Amino acid sequence: MSKFKTLYDKIWDNHLIYSNDDTSLIYIDRHLVHEVTSPQAFEGLRTAGRRVHSPQKTIAVPDHNVATTPDRLTNFGNEEGRKQLETLDKNAKEFGVHYYPVNDIRQGIVHIIGPEQGWTLPGMTIVCGDSHTATHGAFGALAHGIGTSEVEHVLATQTLIQQKSKNMKVEVYGKLGKGVTAKDITLSIIGKTGTAGGTGHVIEYCGSAIRDLSMEGRMTVCNMAIEGGARAGLIAPDEKTINYLRDKPNAPKGKEWDKALEFWKTLFSDENATFDKEVSLNAADIAPVVTWGTSPEDVLPITEKVPSLSNFEGSKIDAAKRSLDYMGLKPGIRLQDINVDAVFIGSCTNGRIEDLREVERIVRGKKVKSGVRAMVVPGSGLVKKQAEEEGIANVLIEAGFDWRMPGCSMCLAMNADQLLPEERCAATSNRNFEGRQGRGGRTHLMSPAMAAAAAITGRLTDVRDL
Amino acid sequence: MEKFTKFQGIAAPMPLINIDTDMLIPKQFLKTIERTGLGKNLFYEMRYDQSGNIIKDFVLNFEPYSKSSIIVGGANFGCGSSREHAPWALKDFGIKCVISTSFADIFFNNCFKNGILAIVLSDKDRDTLMDDAQNTEKSVLTIDLENQIILRRNGDSIKFEVDDFKKYCLLNGLDDIGLTLKNFEKISEFEKNYTDKFSWS
Repeated sequence: MSKFKTLYDKIWDNHLIYSNDDTSLIYIDRHLVHEVTSPQAFEGLRTAGRRVHSPQKTIAVPDHNVATTPDRLTNFGNEEGRKQLETLDKNAKEFGVHYYPVNDIRQGIVHIIGPEQGWTLPGMTIVCGDSHTATHGAFGALAHGIGTSEVEHVLATQTLIQQKSKNMKVEVYGKLGKGVTAKDITLSIIGKTGTAGGTGHVIEYCGSAIRDLSMEGRMTVCNMAIEGGARAGLIAPDEKTINYLRDKPNAPKGKEWDKALEFWKTLFSDENATFDKEVSLNAADIAPVVTWGTSPEDVLPITEKVPSLSNFEGSKIDAAKRSLDYMGLKPGIRLQDINVDAVFIGSCTNGRIEDLREVERIVRGKKVKSGVRAMVVPGSGLVKKQAEEEGIANVLIEAGFDWRMPGCSMCLAMNADQLLPEERCAATSNRNFEGRQGRGGRTHLMSPAMAAAAAITGRLTDVRDL
Repeated sequence: MEKFTKFQGIAAPMPLINIDTDMLIPKQFLKTIERTGLGKNLFYEMRYDQSGNIIKDFVLNFEPYSKSSIIVGGANFGCGSSREHAPWALKDFGIKCVISTSFADIFFNNCFKNGILAIVLSDKDRDTLMDDAQNTEKSVLTIDLENQIILRRNGDSIKFEVDDFKKYCLLNGLDDIGLTLKNFEKISEFEKNYTDKFSWS
């Protein structure tokens, strides 16, 4: 084995308890838990008479199912969802894990509050029964989604059975153009590599355009690593990471902080480390993009037209045909001529304060196009509070946006926030799968700035023209 | 978990690529706190129309495929979310084996945790089985995990690879947690050294 290590190799080695052939047992630093993928796991513990191995490293929060209406504490909206919340509440208390209930201002989307509360730290292993756990990779933590059986395994043992992934490097060099954001980077990467391009790999994102991103932007990039097939995305920590973490409630303090800092400085890929796969993009070639189909790889610059079937080969022809039928689109029409009925701003991809600032910048002094229903769902109670204090909320409400309580909301539409059949939505979330935002609903993924622009004009719009 | 034994079953052809977890089990069925009962909702939006009527030409809705225990699928099968409800629904429907050219990582792991064998084949071998599945006279396959072969109706067999540990667990119906806890001392020792070194974590 090479003496030069990638960042992934370093984190892996630090957490490796033992290996048998291809299968390894790794130690887990943080386990994030939400209401949808955990009930069966806690029930399994109870049946087997097991306890939670490390409740102090386990953090529970309801997010997927929660209502986003102001009266949600008294009017939950759906009975089954309420049962899941009650189950989480009971389990969190019975097993003694950290817990942010729905009436706590710190409640929010699990991947937003992990970093916000300082649970997410560089060099850690972080898991959650949710594929977008990749988000935490922005801090140089090895973070990935797991299934419910694995949730139970981690609860019982604080370890996970894993096979080591391969190393993949995605470099984005140069400078981003005007109106181009982290979301455009991450969607463009998937457009280039495909949704299975990262399968079996952990991606390390690097290059000047990644360095130039804020922590919020880096989280957006890593969040969608899973949409490119990779289990995890990583970005080496730097000054920005450290500045973000300083003073976060659960970040180390005093001497412990100094000790952690020394260690965090060793978290980078050695110069001569080798990667199994490498991809590079010039930031200057990345345009504001939107998706046209029902897979995140169906992505094009906003200046393009809906593709024709002759652009595809093999099994992709049938998939594209199905996508176009579902989306109600004809090949050859300009993306900018597609009207939208709804706009959704939020999710673990783009529900942070910087995203809301970006939306405010675009819509200030303007109005949401008549007939378009536009909704903003802050990623956490604290993001919401900050946006209200900064005056962002007022500007958005003035413009005609619906200002909601925090949660996953219309990203996966488990609560009442759903698209109607054939309703078309400009969304800042991460998946445009069939039925994702509601049966028959049509999702176009894009950045917060682009979604804000679509809200104003009522159609997919090049934000650079506003 | 039940032991995975050699079995013969009907294979349903699903050549569409990128069959995602939202197709496998839409979100409205994730509100359960049980692991069972999801089979009727498998591929819900492809199986039933908006009024809840059966869509007759969907493969799992007509004979013989309505009794399938194997799916031969398109590439990148199971992409999307980590919801274990997807293999729970497959299992509850009666699917014991999914064959494709590639799987999304989390879905792949989730299958094995629930006694479902996910088999990765070359394009050529998968296409052969897809053709078999599409022909009702050939659509019965035999899955022999012990010997790592898929036996076709015409007597030919196709070899497949499987991770030794996953094979061992499936054949013996083993629960991962019990296995891991056998090494409890190793975990405790690791934890002690780790906590000394990374005391802030």
